[in-house]
Amino acid sequence: MDPFMLLLLALLAFMIIGSLIAAETEDLLSSVVCVGAIGAGLAIIDLFLGAPDLAITQVVVEILCVAILIRVVLNRKDETHRTHKDTFAVGSVLLFLGVLLVLGGWAMTTLHPFGEPLLAGDQPGVAQQYLTNGLQDTGAANYVMAVLLDYRAYDTLGEATVIFVSIIGAYVILRQRGKLRHDTGNESDS
Amino acid sequence: MTLGALPYILALVLMLIGLYVVVAKKNIIKIILGVCILEYAVNLFLLLLGYRHGGAAPIRTAEQADTSAFAAGAVDPIPQALILTSIVIGLGCLALMVSLAVRLHEKFGTFDMTRIRELKG
Repeated sequence: MDPFMLLLLALLAFMIIGSLIAAETEDLLSSVVCVGAIGAGLAIIDLFLGAPDLAITQVVVEILCVAILIRVVLNRKDETHRTHKDTFAVGSVLLFLGVLLVLGGWAMTTLHPFGEPLLAGDQPGVAQQYLTNGLQDTGAANYVMAVLLDYRAYDTLGEATVIFVSIIGAYVILRQRGKLRHDTGNESDS
Repeated sequence: MTLGALPYILALVLMLIGLYVVVAKKNIIKIILGVCILEYAVNLFLLLLGYRHGGAAPIRTAEQADTSAFAAGAVDPIPQALILTSIVIGLGCLALMVSLAVRLHEKFGTFDMTRIRELKG
């Protein structure tokens, strides 16, 4: 086995162990930190798989995620782990996830193997066309940005809309002023 | 090549762990973390699908003047562009979920879903 593959499998195992710890630890802060570690592992995998743009974005978004989650978890008391566990429910969930793992694992073996994408096959499709004509069509040396901002610019517009709506939603849920006005309105009614 | 599907299967295992956290855990913050893990696993799977052995990043430099040689050696740029979209949308969704959890904690004083269900109003 070549060292690249060994390193990739080690990073994947790191992510899986991190997610198991995040799932089973009782302290919420440790859980959040474990998810941060998984994101960092994913950023390193991005770098090794030839996606530097993704690695940069992943690191920035990861730091923001962990900062938001730590801000929420800190100073809020929580005794969820003291409630008794429902063994039957967890057992049945694990059983069905096991079935899903077997079926999904079988399905994965029918895909084209790792390292030989559709791009390199008999029918290369649109990706090969982008790689061949991208520089003439868009003038961008970075083909990811050529796809993102030129070939599929409407997708990016939709993404901006989704982010805008979600930020407005979070602002509406978290604002204090509207709630106060609602309370005084109730008082004047009664 | 027997190892062809192993990275895919490990990404699937990561996805199932995220699904387990979302389905089986009672803590709202844990469920949000499970959604995060699910996102990472799906992004990872798409990225693994687009990789080719010894592939270079799809960024052209001045030395790579030969277009066909570059196109035969670069990894697939389309999954990367879509994952870039998905990562940023994930951050927006996380902010929305976290703000809902903060409001619930303000009202009920707990992150435990079973206790939130008991307390009406």
